[in-house]
Amino acid sequence: MRVNPKTTQRIAKVLIWSSAVLVIVILLNIVFYILIKGIPQINWQFLTEIPRNMGRSGGISSTIVGTLLLTLVAVVIATPFGIGTAFYLTEYTREGRITRIIRFSAESLAGIPSIVYGLFGYIFFVTYLKLGWSVLSGGLTVAIMILPTIIRTSEESIRAVPHLYREVVFSLGGSKWQTITKAVFPSALPGIANGIILSIGRCVAETAAVILTAGSALRMPSSLLSPTRTMAVHFYILAREGISMEKAFGTAALLIILIFLINVVFNMLVNRYVAKGR
Amino acid sequence: MKNTKERLSERVFLAIALSTLSVLALITVFIIAKGVPIIAKVGVLNFVFGMKWAPSQGSFGIFPMIVGSVSVTLGAAILGVPIAICCSIFLAEFAPVKLRNIFRPAIQLLAGIPSVVYGFWGVIFIVPFIRNYLGGPGLSILAGSIILAIMILPTVISITEVSILALPRYYKEGALALGLTHWQTIRSLLLPAAKSGIVAAVILGIGRAIGETMAVIMVLGNAVALPTSILDPVRTLTTNIGIEMGYASGEHQEALFATGIVLLVIIMILNAAAQYIVRRKRSR
Repeated sequence: MRVNPKTTQRIAKVLIWSSAVLVIVILLNIVFYILIKGIPQINWQFLTEIPRNMGRSGGISSTIVGTLLLTLVAVVIATPFGIGTAFYLTEYTREGRITRIIRFSAESLAGIPSIVYGLFGYIFFVTYLKLGWSVLSGGLTVAIMILPTIIRTSEESIRAVPHLYREVVFSLGGSKWQTITKAVFPSALPGIANGIILSIGRCVAETAAVILTAGSALRMPSSLLSPTRTMAVHFYILAREGISMEKAFGTAALLIILIFLINVVFNMLVNRYVAKGR
Repeated sequence: MKNTKERLSERVFLAIALSTLSVLALITVFIIAKGVPIIAKVGVLNFVFGMKWAPSQGSFGIFPMIVGSVSVTLGAAILGVPIAICCSIFLAEFAPVKLRNIFRPAIQLLAGIPSVVYGFWGVIFIVPFIRNYLGGPGLSILAGSIILAIMILPTVISITEVSILALPRYYKEGALALGLTHWQTIRSLLLPAAKSGIVAAVILGIGRAIGETMAVIMVLGNAVALPTSILDPVRTLTTNIGIEMGYASGEHQEALFATGIVLLVIIMILNAAAQYIVRRKRSR
């Protein structure tokens, strides 16, 4: 028996629409559940006091500072390397063995699970380089994790810069270095910024690699060599060990709000970039 | 003067670019150096196919965890991939522009939510549901598969969508002009033409699933035993490291690094397969 193509199309459409609806429902369920339970926990005291009694009372200020410091270290270290690699791949070489090797490395790095980064960070930064569980160890580990993202997004946006720009600088007697600094970099900047913003989101959300390299100390970090606990790690420990559901929800809500804001900024930049490109 | 500056800048950029390679080399060397001795001592086959994991007694067999990783990942792929492909067809072909502009950022947000939050949500919604309606302890392969299925959605959706959108317009126009319905066009033309992209998307999604730690640690139950049904608790390679790294030392710690090596090998094979498929497509 042959089913009428119109009927199959109707069935397919129903399936496709319901998948889309299902995904949105799941997303809304996760986000709103956490926000509804968590937002009432967030107040001035929650944001500004350090956790007391293992996190049962007090706030989460030291974990906020820890998250910000660790993210800052990771981004400050990964950005120059990521952008530099992207420029080398696009402006300085033809496609060849070296570019293939570098691209293969970046793609391989992107596929490594975060827990393996954690193992590496622990054995290399914490133990071998004797940095201990610290903001620095955690930041360096996460820097390696976000490197592939920054390379890829920078490379894409550098490639999107029209050739004409480079040719104009060259025809005016400019050097390669000048084409990069005066023409390519400024016009690729919004795209590069997007890569960095995406990476900030990853730093904030990362748990497995951070718990093994930055530790889980609750006190306020006093230097880059202090151990620290990020918000994601704090949430994990509070929830898993059942220390305080209220504080766990509050922390998770703050994390989601943060990720949401990062995404909003990202989309604003993309839209402006796209609008400008037209 | 200008020439030396030019040459210098090129050297610096090359050095920076090679740092990516050196970091990969460092990671490989350090993980292998720390993990290989215990594998050599126990024996590769005993380590990979050993059934008993009892670090305090010197037994290091990770076969139950390999089974755990594979079963949870397979479950995630079975549940997640069809939904993801439907969503990417929705985005590429059916969604009105306005809806698409809401749906895409929503998927992005899904990708940005920390994995620990997924795990927590799973503990609160999925685990009790399974315990009450399907039986067993709730902490199970099924719970892990559901959470991972959600977590791989963004990866699979975005790559599949891109590979559908990358197809030339005349494919679709030609098919529609021949009188095929929209769905026939998608099923018999667009999906087969985008096949290599979709396969790569699925492989990358599987890679993400097998490497995920914090979400599954909370919902899998973490028992080191061969599961007999999808309602049994299991431990995966990643959660084994995540749970025990906090207190392990000596040979025990080395065995966790060795677990990491096995995980890396699996991921490398998956990535190589994905890259091979994408490249083969491109060279055609």
